[in-house]
Amino acid sequence: MTGRPIAMWPILRALFARELRLVLRGGHLLPVLAFVFICVMLMPFGLGPELSLLQRLAPGLLWVIMLMAVLLSLDRMFQADFEDGGLDQLLLLPIALEGAVIAKICAHFVGILLPVLAAIPLAGLLLNIHPDAVLPVLATLLAGAPALVMLGAIGAALAVGVRRAGLLTVLIVTPLYVPVLVFGAGGLARALAAPGMLDVGALGVLGLISMASLFLAPPAIAAALRAGLR
Amino acid sequence: MLERLENLSALYANPRRFMNLAARVHTPLWLVAVGVLAFGLFMVSGVPDDYQQGATVRIMFVHVPAAWMALFAYSFIFFASLLAAVLRHPLGYLAARAAAPVGAVFTLVALVTGALWGQPMWGTWWVWDARLTSVLVLLFIYLGYIALWEAIDDYGRAARATSILAFVGFVNVPIVKFSVDWWNTLHQPASVSRFARPALHADFLYPLLVMGVAFLLLFLAITLTRLQMEVLRQRLRVRQSAG
Repeated sequence: MTGRPIAMWPILRALFARELRLVLRGGHLLPVLAFVFICVMLMPFGLGPELSLLQRLAPGLLWVIMLMAVLLSLDRMFQADFEDGGLDQLLLLPIALEGAVIAKICAHFVGILLPVLAAIPLAGLLLNIHPDAVLPVLATLLAGAPALVMLGAIGAALAVGVRRAGLLTVLIVTPLYVPVLVFGAGGLARALAAPGMLDVGALGVLGLISMASLFLAPPAIAAALRAGLR
Repeated sequence: MLERLENLSALYANPRRFMNLAARVHTPLWLVAVGVLAFGLFMVSGVPDDYQQGATVRIMFVHVPAAWMALFAYSFIFFASLLAAVLRHPLGYLAARAAAPVGAVFTLVALVTGALWGQPMWGTWWVWDARLTSVLVLLFIYLGYIALWEAIDDYGRAARATSILAFVGFVNVPIVKFSVDWWNTLHQPASVSRFARPALHADFLYPLLVMGVAFLLLFLAITLTRLQMEVLRQRLRVRQSAG
C-alpha cells in the first residue's frame, strides 16, 4: 500500500459513464417503455373505455404502472455484469463497492427511469388524465423514484445469478414498495382532492423514504453482491 | 459483556451437542405443547357466547394467537440471522430457515380465520383495512424469504443472502404498518369504529392467553423438529460433497 490517497471521483465518474453507455446501447429502455404503453393500452379493455372513469383512475394507474415498469427494468441491473465477470472487477476496484453500486444505480436511474418519467404525461394523455393532475403525478413519481430504484436494487442484487431471477426479484421487492406506493399514490389522491396545491406532507414523507433508502440501501446491496460472488 | 456474548455464541455451537439436547427435549416439548393446546381448547369451549357476536367470537382464540405468532416468528428469524451473522453461530441460519415456513403458515392461518370471522361480523370476507393489509404484506415477505432460500443452491451463499433479506424485511415491517395506517385513515375513517370492540372480559382474556402460550409452544416444537431436520440435511450435504 502506498500512502497516496486514491482519487475516488474520477473512478465513479468513469463508472457512471460506462454504465450509462451500456444501459443506452443495450436496448434496455425500449422494452420498459413498450411495457408502460402496453399496460396503458390494456386498461381501457379491462376497465371499459368510459373516459370519466379513466380520468378518475389515471393518477393511481400511472403510479402502479411506473412501479411495475421499474420492477421489470431491475432484471438486467446486475445480471449481465455477473455473467461476464464485470461484478468481480467492481469488487476489485480500489473504492468501496457501495460507491460503485451507487454509480451503477445512478446510471440506471438516468438511462431508464428518467425517460420513462418523461413518457408518463403521454401515457396519462391516453388515459384521459386531467391536465391539472399531470404535475402532481410527475412530482410524486420523481420524489419516489429514487426509493423505487434503490429498494429494487436490493432485490436484484440478492437474486443475482439465480434461476428465474426476475420473478424472485419481484417477490422480494414488492413488499418493500408498499410504503412508497402508499405515500406516492395516497399523497397524489390528497393533492388532487384539493386542486392547485401539492400535499407537502406526503411529498415530504416520500422524499424522506427516498433519502433514507439512498443511504441505507447501498450497504445492503453491496453485502448482497459480496454474498453472491463469494 | 463481550465474554458473555462469546459464551452465548459457543452455546450449542457444536451441532452434535445440540442434536443430543434436541433429542432429549423434543418429545416432552411436543407433549407439553399439545397438552396446553388441549387445555386451551377446553377453556375456549366453556366461554360464553358474546352478546353481539354470538358463537363466532371463538374464532378469536385461534385468530389472535396466530397473528401474534406471525410477528413472533419473523422476529425469531431476524434474531437467529443476527446471531449467525454477528456471532457466527452455526445454527442461526438453519434455525431461521426452519422457522420461516412455520411463520408463513401462522400468518396464513391469521388471514384465513380473519376472513372467516369477518364474513359474519362485517358482512365481507376481506376489507382493505390497515391491519389486514399489513399482515398480507408480511405473508409476502415470508414467501420472498422462503423463495430466496430455495432459489440458491449453495448453502453459504443462500445463508448470507437470506440473512440480508431478513434484516431488510425486519426494518420494512414497521414502515409498512405505519404507512398502511396512514393510508387507511385516509380512505375509510368511518369503518374503524365498526371494528372497535369492548375491552376483553376476564372470561375471554384467560383462554386467549392460554391459547397464546399453546401457539408459542407449538411454534417452538415444530421449529425444533424442522431444525433437527435441517441439521441432518446439512450433514447429508457435507457427506455428498465429500463424495
